[in-house]
Amino acid sequence: MVEAVTENAALRWIPLLPLIAAAISGAWLVFGRRELPRVAVIALACGAPIASFAIAVVQVFALATELPADARFYVDNLYTWISAGDFHAELSFLLDPLSAVMVLVVTGVGSLIHVYSVGYMDDDHRDDRGFQRFFAYLNLFMFSMLMLVLGDNLLVMFVGWEGVGVCSYLLIGFWYLDDYNAKCGQKAFVVNRIGDFGFLLGIFLLFWSFAQAGVPTVEFREMAANVGLLANQTVELPAWLSFLPGYPNWGLVTLACLCLFIGAAGKSAQIPLYVWLPDAMAGPTPVSALIHAATMVTAGVYMVCRMSFAYSLAPGAMATVAWIGALTAFFAATIGLAQTDIKKVLAYSTVSQLGYMFLAAGVAAYSSAIFHVMTHAFFKALLFLAAGSVILGMHHEQDITKMGGLRRRMPVTWAVFLVGVLAISGVPPFSGFFSKDEILLSVNLAHGIPGHEWLWLIGLATAFLTAFYMFRLYYLVFTGESRADRHTQEHIHESGNWILFPLVVLAVLSVIGGFFGLPDAYGELFGVEESNSLHHFLQPVVNAAEHHVDHATEFGLAAITTVVGLAGIALATLLYYWRRDLVPKLVQAIQPLYALVRDRYRIDELYDAAIVRPLAGLSRAVLARIVDQGLIDGVLVNGTANFVRATADGALKYLQTGQAQSYLFAMLLGGALLIAWLVRGA
Amino acid sequence: MGDISPFHFQVVAALIFMIGVLGVLTRRNMIVVFMCIELMLNAANLSLLGFSREIGNDQGQILAFMVMVVAAVEVAVGLAIIISLVRNRDTMDIEDVSQLKW
Amino acid sequence: MRTALFWVFSISAVASALGVVGNLRSPINSALSLVVSMLALAGLYVLLEAQFVGLIQVMVYAGAIVVLFLFVIMLLNLRGSGTRGAELQPIMKAIGSLVVFGSTLWLVRTLAADRAPWPDVDAGFGTTRAMGEALYTDYVLSVQVAGVLLLAGIVAAVVLAKKKVD
Repeated sequence: MVEAVTENAALRWIPLLPLIAAAISGAWLVFGRRELPRVAVIALACGAPIASFAIAVVQVFALATELPADARFYVDNLYTWISAGDFHAELSFLLDPLSAVMVLVVTGVGSLIHVYSVGYMDDDHRDDRGFQRFFAYLNLFMFSMLMLVLGDNLLVMFVGWEGVGVCSYLLIGFWYLDDYNAKCGQKAFVVNRIGDFGFLLGIFLLFWSFAQAGVPTVEFREMAANVGLLANQTVELPAWLSFLPGYPNWGLVTLACLCLFIGAAGKSAQIPLYVWLPDAMAGPTPVSALIHAATMVTAGVYMVCRMSFAYSLAPGAMATVAWIGALTAFFAATIGLAQTDIKKVLAYSTVSQLGYMFLAAGVAAYSSAIFHVMTHAFFKALLFLAAGSVILGMHHEQDITKMGGLRRRMPVTWAVFLVGVLAISGVPPFSGFFSKDEILLSVNLAHGIPGHEWLWLIGLATAFLTAFYMFRLYYLVFTGESRADRHTQEHIHESGNWILFPLVVLAVLSVIGGFFGLPDAYGELFGVEESNSLHHFLQPVVNAAEHHVDHATEFGLAAITTVVGLAGIALATLLYYWRRDLVPKLVQAIQPLYALVRDRYRIDELYDAAIVRPLAGLSRAVLARIVDQGLIDGVLVNGTANFVRATADGALKYLQTGQAQSYLFAMLLGGALLIAWLVRGA
Repeated sequence: MGDISPFHFQVVAALIFMIGVLGVLTRRNMIVVFMCIELMLNAANLSLLGFSREIGNDQGQILAFMVMVVAAVEVAVGLAIIISLVRNRDTMDIEDVSQLKW
Repeated sequence: MRTALFWVFSISAVASALGVVGNLRSPINSALSLVVSMLALAGLYVLLEAQFVGLIQVMVYAGAIVVLFLFVIMLLNLRGSGTRGAELQPIMKAIGSLVVFGSTLWLVRTLAADRAPWPDVDAGFGTTRAMGEALYTDYVLSVQVAGVLLLAGIVAAVVLAKKKVD
């Protein structure tokens, strides 16, 4: 039933080291009220994730080389957390190919961002600055994220899930003296919470179903082994849901997977819960890079891939995931066209690329999704960090209409940014090309998903838009004449080494990262067998759908994707490099549409009017005033107290006359009655 | 003892006891209240001795003896308390000692 | 003979008890009534073959306790009844008398029904010798405890009645 388990006690140190670093930094601040010397903070805060990365590398290497392919996992069981009858939930970590890839990405990119942050947060002149506080939060985030990806069961994953949500809130609102930042953090947390509700429902549903089938468990391996028990179970929908397709009976697994996907949509910013991500740009740029590009937002994709054994039995859920992913990708790309804040463009680009990942997961191309997670981590973190360098160089200016011509003043930043936009636009041989192409190939061949041809077309259109708006960004920021004011222009400078070093490393990874998942077809051109190492590495775990396609089709589709990307670049070059004068005329021509897109389709305003205001009004008028103040405070609490006081003050106190004789009289009376009652029979 | 039965003694004891209760509940002078308490103790003693004679056991007499010892101690301590009270408050009225009223 | 003694002693005991309670003049009058009551009761005790206890009653109660009462009354220098207002409210007098005399009548009525015989007891019943033997063999623990109690009482009385030295 369950294979022999290989124990590995080194796994626990991967999340523990950042936790210890965070605890030390945090405790020092709370109890010592002052900061450690800067060298100590840097050593502690950067040392921990780097050490975790080193341990991860060693363990993954051991995983890949020492274990046979069919039992390729390590488990580290810390202790039994819940033990109730037949049900046991352990606090244990699992290192298998899927979590291995995620761990390497999280610790690797995370370490680079920690190093970058040393340079970025150095010259903070605000009243709410906090060098040590920032790193404490960042390390805490690393701990939570590692718990999430290394968790052996849904409960440990959920602990990490919640933890990253909290750290995201803390870090978005890091410069807390600004009300706007605090509100952005709160918005992120609340929207996340809505998703978490769905996630919890999914966990409960799965656990309950498994328990009823005789196997009470939340452990991934055990659930995967026993998921067949749930394959044919259905749930009867109540009458008021008769409009849903598939009424009256839904598959139980489908329902659970949909609930889980709500959680993924919240965490990974898909429709309709994406609204928090653009506002999360209020946090410092390293935060945007680490949390809202490379790691936390990919947690939803990881979760879907981890639960691939369940999703494979729920075609309805998979179709939903694919369609929402595709629509989100396209929708966010359109919004990105009209944004003028450098970080907002990148934020919408992140939402769009996450849509691609879910599209891949929805067509059962799980390894492609994870591949895109990896390459996206490289180039999106690169883009965000380079944007941070630009922002610093422009003295905290984030409006691209005030930038321009930075290529000469910030050469290194310019070079790495160019690498990043080439990668994200899917230009071969950069990494983004391989991952995006693999996704589109899988979508094209996914005959099981209804409307998959449309999905492929939407994917292509999004690729076009992606290339277009990313190069728009590039041209507006780095080329042409500077549109900044005199004073800023004089002070534009390239950033320091702490910032540039991670940028260069990420740029290199963005270039060569694609070769981890080089499709077999290309590999054969160079005489390399099974060159798609990533796919083959992940396959035993995620059981992706295999496509057997001839090379001609594969190269043909790749060519189409490349041409579409290049077309986007060409259009951007036309409008933003050669003929900038065309842009205002175009905008004028489609003014109403342009305004709608620039205002993000007014979705935030819609949510505000339809959900937030009614709820707030309800809370204020009914729940706060009537229920809380009136009923609970007034009647139950104060009312009870007043009743007791009135009774005591009005009646009972007169019994205490203070005179011994009246007390004696009462005693005698009572005694007489007692004796009379006892003797009555005799 | 002719037509005197053990019950006669119990009646006398009960009567004296009730008179003592009446005195404890109604009189206002502290010392008189105390004296009525002694009356009650004596009535109890009488009852004990009556039963002791009726049953033929000497345990009642031993107990009556102990009651007397305790009564003696109680009178000594109680009167000491009364002396303190009267010295501090200058009143013999039991209704003046009612600080624990509401 | 014994019947007559019984009636004499009982009626004096009850009458002097009433005197303790119903006396509205000085507490000294109450104390003296108490003495009479004690002596009458002592007589009743002797009638009940409890000679030792009767002896102790006279010595301890009438001879020491009531004397202690009188000392305290003198020490506190009481004039009159020592209380401010009415000593006994009329209504309490009424109810009290009702209770006492009502129960007397009821008891007397039942008296007529009950004529239990007196069992025979041996000659040494209730004598000093018999009581002494019982006290110092079967009940020696009680005697010791009583001694400790007396000691505690002495100490307590001294401490409580001391005048505070300012």
